[in-house]
Amino acid sequence: MENGSPAIDSAAVASQLIVSLRSASFGYGDRAVVSDVTIDIQAGEVLAILGPNGSGKSTLVKGILGLNDHIGGQVELFGTPFDGFRDHARLGYVPQRHTLSTSVRATAAEIVAIGRLPHQGWLGRVNQEDRRIIEESLALVGLADRANAEVSTLSGGQQRRVLIARALAAQPDVLIMDEPTAGVDLANQEVLSQVLARLVGRGATMLIVTHELRALGGVLSRIVELDAGRITFDGTSAEHDRWHDAMAHDVEYHRDEHHHDDDSATSTSTAAGPLDRLAGGRSA
Amino acid sequence: MPEILTYDFMQRALVAAFLVGLAAPMVGVFLVQRRLSLIGDGMGHVALAGVAVGVITNQAPVLTALVFAVFAAVGIELVRARGRTSGDVALAVMFYGGIALGVVVFGMSRSGTPTNIDSYLFGSIATTTDTDLEVFAALAVVVVAITWALRPRLFAVANDEEYARATGMRVTALNITLAVLTAVTVVVAMRVVGLLLISALMIVPNATAQLVAGSFRSAIRTAVIIGAVCSVGGVTTSFYADSPSGGTIVLLTIALFLAASSYSTLRSRIAGRRHLEAERHEHEHGADCGHPAIEHGHHVDYVHDGHRHAPHEGHYDEHDPARSGSHEHPADPDRLDTHDETVRH
Repeated sequence: MENGSPAIDSAAVASQLIVSLRSASFGYGDRAVVSDVTIDIQAGEVLAILGPNGSGKSTLVKGILGLNDHIGGQVELFGTPFDGFRDHARLGYVPQRHTLSTSVRATAAEIVAIGRLPHQGWLGRVNQEDRRIIEESLALVGLADRANAEVSTLSGGQQRRVLIARALAAQPDVLIMDEPTAGVDLANQEVLSQVLARLVGRGATMLIVTHELRALGGVLSRIVELDAGRITFDGTSAEHDRWHDAMAHDVEYHRDEHHHDDDSATSTSTAAGPLDRLAGGRSA
Repeated sequence: MPEILTYDFMQRALVAAFLVGLAAPMVGVFLVQRRLSLIGDGMGHVALAGVAVGVITNQAPVLTALVFAVFAAVGIELVRARGRTSGDVALAVMFYGGIALGVVVFGMSRSGTPTNIDSYLFGSIATTTDTDLEVFAALAVVVVAITWALRPRLFAVANDEEYARATGMRVTALNITLAVLTAVTVVVAMRVVGLLLISALMIVPNATAQLVAGSFRSAIRTAVIIGAVCSVGGVTTSFYADSPSGGTIVLLTIALFLAASSYSTLRSRIAGRRHLEAERHEHEHGADCGHPAIEHGHHVDYVHDGHRHAPHEGHYDEHDPARSGSHEHPADPDRLDTHDETVRH
């Protein structure tokens, strides 16, 4: 990948396949945790991966990121077969962390600077351009004024946003987030969903593992549900609502757990748009 | 000229001490960050077996110690990378096996050998040959240069290994490199500080720096300065006081640590008494929050209902001189409050 931020015109983006899985299985060693997953994710989609604990949602995204073992099926990232894919910085990973490592002092800006490393040579250091992108990334998550704060002094929700900023600083083509709202208090969830809405407004492609649809509210354009390592649902938010309502007739108690506003789907159907570079792009 | 500098030998010793003082905390900060503070100690144990083998086979002990320590380093990383729960025990076997082997092999050497096991265990710069000092200095320069070059990546891997892997960084290679750098540092420092004490020079200056620094950058800088000052200071003191160099250096670093920790305890107690928290509110101030922002030193105050809120840890502090009484930021010692205030909105 060329260094910097190539401008992508929206026509090309509209048809750009970010992730393409064909009967893919991922797991650890020989043991597949998710199997037979077939899915295409296009640029501009905001996709939630839902499912109960142990359903394999994290395993699926970690598989796409190359963090566990690819056991079977075909995987293509940006049109490149998985084994030959080297452009890892195009996948912006936001891991599930309740706190940042605090064994040594580090400022928010220092953590976000890690995101710039794939764009720097071995002897490279943070330059003017990197500094600008780091500042912009922190501003996007609403932490511009905390750049020099030691991360352990930040609240849990703020630390979560530092991790989002770190992923943004890499100027990825897709953000992959593992449970971004888990364990975050309500006030901070509010800020987090504003941040996500802001990113969607900039045309970001996102893959969000979650079990809290409510916190993500209006930003989703597509929902995939996993159970026991297999896809059980794939469709729009509105279809997901109908599917769940149908299920709720059989299983009454499901209703409260998964109830959410009907209009959330319609308000997000426009989410797919020109793929802006998520941070530090030339759109300004 | 002070007496110590009139000896060629002591000049070289001071240069070696200086370089070891730079290298040890620089490598050590990543060990602290990865919570592997005691790994250097284990490598020192294994290096002792290398020294003993060198002595008995008439090879240069520095060379054999280096070979043993580097093998131990790679072994440790491989055991760790496997992530077995028995890894901890495997390390213990390796470390104590090393020191036991060292002691037994030393015992087998002819009694006429001038080599004294203590000089390796506790450091004895006065009995080190000039050639060895030159080798140590050269190796220390190499360690400092490589660590400096890899610093951003070592930081990234130690901070979040999984993320580093996801961005395509060669995590295992970097971890093995850090382990080898640690091994070389242990060997380089064995005549200055001693194999049993080297870990202290890697860790204690960093522990001190963590008490006073506010960022990784300033922490590493502080630790390296402390390391170099204590190392040179310790060798100088040991020359005049006729004390063993290793112990003297480590006692100096610990004295500094104790001073810094009493200072930081005192400071946070005073700070706790002085700073005034603003009323609790769910609202989080930010660029678009609507409250006028005022740059205030290194942070931003927000004007909220006529008074100023400054973010501090999980809450906001009152920063109105009239309301809070105090205008200091005791929590951030190295941030001078310059009071160059500019209203941004």
